[in-house]
Amino acid sequence: MSTLNLTLKVWRQAGPNEPGRFEVYEAKDINEDMSFLEMLDVVNERLIAENREPIAFDHDCREGICGSCGMVINGVPHGPKKLTTTCQLHMRNFKDGDTIVVEPWRATAFPVIKDLVVDRSAFDKIIQAGGYITAPTGAARDANSILIPKQVADQAFDAAACIGCGACVAACPNGAAQLFTAAKIAHLNLLPQGQPERWSRTVAMVDTMEEYFGSCTNYAECEAVCPKGISIEFIAKMNRDYLKAKFKDRRAVVKVDMTEAAG
Amino acid sequence: MLDAKVPAGHISEKWSNAKFETKLVAPQNRRKFEIIVVGTGLAGSSAAATLGEMGYNVKVFCFQDSPRRAHSIAAQGGINAAKNYKNDGDSVFRLFYDTIKGGDYRAREANVYRLAEISVQIIDQCVAQGVPFAREYGGLLDNRSFGGAQVARTFYARGQTGQQLLLGAYQALSRQIEAGTVRMYPRTEMLDLVVENGRAVGIITRDLVTGEIQRHAGHAVVLATGGYGNVFYLSTNAKGSNVTAAWRAHKKGAYFANPCFTQIHPTCIPVSGDYQSKLTLMSESLRNDGRIWVPKNPNDTRPPNQIPEEERDYYLERMYPSFANLVPRDVASRAAKRMVDAGYGVGPLKNGVYLDFKTAIERLGRSVIEQRYGNLFDMYENIAGENPYEVPMRIYPAVHYTMGGLWVDYNLMSNLPGLFVLGEANFSDHGANRLGASALMQGLADGYFILPTTIAGDLAPQLNTPVPSTDSPAFREAEEAVREQINRLLSIRGSRSVDSFHRELGKVMWDYCGMARNAEGLKHARQRVAELREEFWRDVKVLGEGESLNQSLEKAGRVADFFELAELMCQDALHREESCGGHFREEYQTPDGEAQRDDEHFAYVAAWEYCGTGKDAKLHKEELVFEYVHPTQRSYK
Repeated sequence: MSTLNLTLKVWRQAGPNEPGRFEVYEAKDINEDMSFLEMLDVVNERLIAENREPIAFDHDCREGICGSCGMVINGVPHGPKKLTTTCQLHMRNFKDGDTIVVEPWRATAFPVIKDLVVDRSAFDKIIQAGGYITAPTGAARDANSILIPKQVADQAFDAAACIGCGACVAACPNGAAQLFTAAKIAHLNLLPQGQPERWSRTVAMVDTMEEYFGSCTNYAECEAVCPKGISIEFIAKMNRDYLKAKFKDRRAVVKVDMTEAAG
Repeated sequence: MLDAKVPAGHISEKWSNAKFETKLVAPQNRRKFEIIVVGTGLAGSSAAATLGEMGYNVKVFCFQDSPRRAHSIAAQGGINAAKNYKNDGDSVFRLFYDTIKGGDYRAREANVYRLAEISVQIIDQCVAQGVPFAREYGGLLDNRSFGGAQVARTFYARGQTGQQLLLGAYQALSRQIEAGTVRMYPRTEMLDLVVENGRAVGIITRDLVTGEIQRHAGHAVVLATGGYGNVFYLSTNAKGSNVTAAWRAHKKGAYFANPCFTQIHPTCIPVSGDYQSKLTLMSESLRNDGRIWVPKNPNDTRPPNQIPEEERDYYLERMYPSFANLVPRDVASRAAKRMVDAGYGVGPLKNGVYLDFKTAIERLGRSVIEQRYGNLFDMYENIAGENPYEVPMRIYPAVHYTMGGLWVDYNLMSNLPGLFVLGEANFSDHGANRLGASALMQGLADGYFILPTTIAGDLAPQLNTPVPSTDSPAFREAEEAVREQINRLLSIRGSRSVDSFHRELGKVMWDYCGMARNAEGLKHARQRVAELREEFWRDVKVLGEGESLNQSLEKAGRVADFFELAELMCQDALHREESCGGHFREEYQTPDGEAQRDDEHFAYVAAWEYCGTGKDAKLHKEELVFEYVHPTQRSYK
């Protein structure tokens, strides 16, 4: 087991309206089996010992599923390893002597709260606008009365695997949230249960997204950093549905188009 | 003796009877009620969404930045339901029976039967919401089997079932937020329960971003704040999971039931060093296809793949032939501990056992295994740095779930009128050991179906009573106490960080109140925890201020509560002079090392009343009567 000596440049910002700056910390004797967040824990314990305030960062499950954690590591959201959240990034991915720059998500729609903590509530607003299937408790029929071909269920799952971490927005030069929004729209629009609200959902979510976030110009940086490997093909699907909904003004259409559901 | 208010009638009719006998609140009257829900995991989100749909005014609180991040999101394996889609002999009664037996006869029959009954509706509800459960090629839902059951009744969404179920509930909740029936308070922590004339009337919260202390009143308060496994510091829980809401309710009079019943999950990635901040679970579903073994020779240093079959001890298959690798969690955990304690541990620290997929890969092909467990295998490789398709996983038990929690009656109401407790935060359905894939079932049963029905019984008599005033002395005093504690924590400026205390507390609890316990150790632990608590209040160092985001301050408040809870856990474990489920007292075991219950003296729920910090809590008992499942020595052989 080897240990690393690292130099960290960490963005420190006392509050939303305070100016921020980089501070440099020496992180010595870092075990390569530590996760990135465990490395920051160690740095924080040392800061506290020196009566300096620890670095604030969001984190919770530390299993890569809650979507709380996220920082830009050497310019890349969630750091150098593909398909990995910050909490699942282990120090064996770095070399002894490395300098590591750590910043919060940078996006207009995600204002900094403190240090590496940002406000991602704009994501919740997009879901509230229509990211659901209206199915009040108690009204459901037997689960097996809805047949869903395995390929459709699998594809819906691939989209639903989004953890809402915001890396896609942080990576986008425009600060756009297309990947996040498209993933939820695809999850629901692919399923037969999602058909009745398909068109109204798409329009409401996309319009809300555009209130908060920048525009997509197909850089595909979002897909490259997504820890769950969400495909930008879902964005094309979303655009298609949005155009259809707008063009045909099909918001009120409730016909269940099972062919499209399966496609 | 506590009255659980179990309805009359045959067990299969109790819930129907209860629904008919419970008073109703008519749709047009529901908007006159204000309900507070704390926590947005499966139980909290589903309850808040459903109450909102029904027309109640709901306020929901979570400490995370979004309700979607509550720790239910991390549940991997699945959710049980007695659908019998596999035609393998399952039924509501069998799920009920398995859960009672799995809980080692320390759960309340009527609640468990209701849980099994509702399980089938949960799956229907979730599918209607668009939860992408795994499917067969024909489009029907797929199932797998889990520990403690001989049928395949577990529904799953790859290894991310909790995520998909929580997103379903979160989406339903989001719909109600948009509709205006639910007001959401993210990054807000409940720091006290307000009790007036013996009734829960509201809560005191702290806005974690601005530090603002707020008062919220309601006709009822619903806690869905999860479990307390982080008392052990290292657990599979999220770092933020804490006992504060439940504990502060306990200090205001709510009884805490069976606090010593904690579940140690058998399949987690072993500790790799002293910097370790949490432990990662590898889903129990892996035991469907993985085989657990250790080398027969404790000094065998060969890599696992070079150890021939005849020199391996598949000890679960040897000791429990009928359930084999799928014995319940408590049994599997103790067996692993025994192997490691006896020197058979594997890995650099000799602190694990192998979970091997070689046979399954040969039988089914790599792609099937990849489809079933792909994300778990990736996660393992990321953390352990080894490829489980080629090298067996190394696993060891870790704290995972807490069966204990606030005492509730059949209606999920605590002994404090107006205070309801759901999900892992209550004690109700899992007895002394929870079966796999049952936590998700319970959280959603409580939130979607039970609470929205039973709460009406408590609300109906309050019709046209205004929301309690937040200007009352009860609210003022509660707020002052919260402010005082925050100021106290910030003014100590001692020499030790919050984490250093938490780690030390966790070690004491793991060593003496963990997988195996004895009277001497528990007495020692209780003494040691009390000393540590005093040291904490003398010497903890919390930097920064209370008027902005201060994560050390948040942790300090939670650890302060863990100290007090730890003392109660030791008291409870010491008083329960028997072994049952996850509570294994070394003095009470069968000749072959299994848990030895004492039904004559301990067939009761131990509900503890708070009597002051550092003082003995007062015991109240709820007698457990088994009319439908006769207690026997649990056997999985």
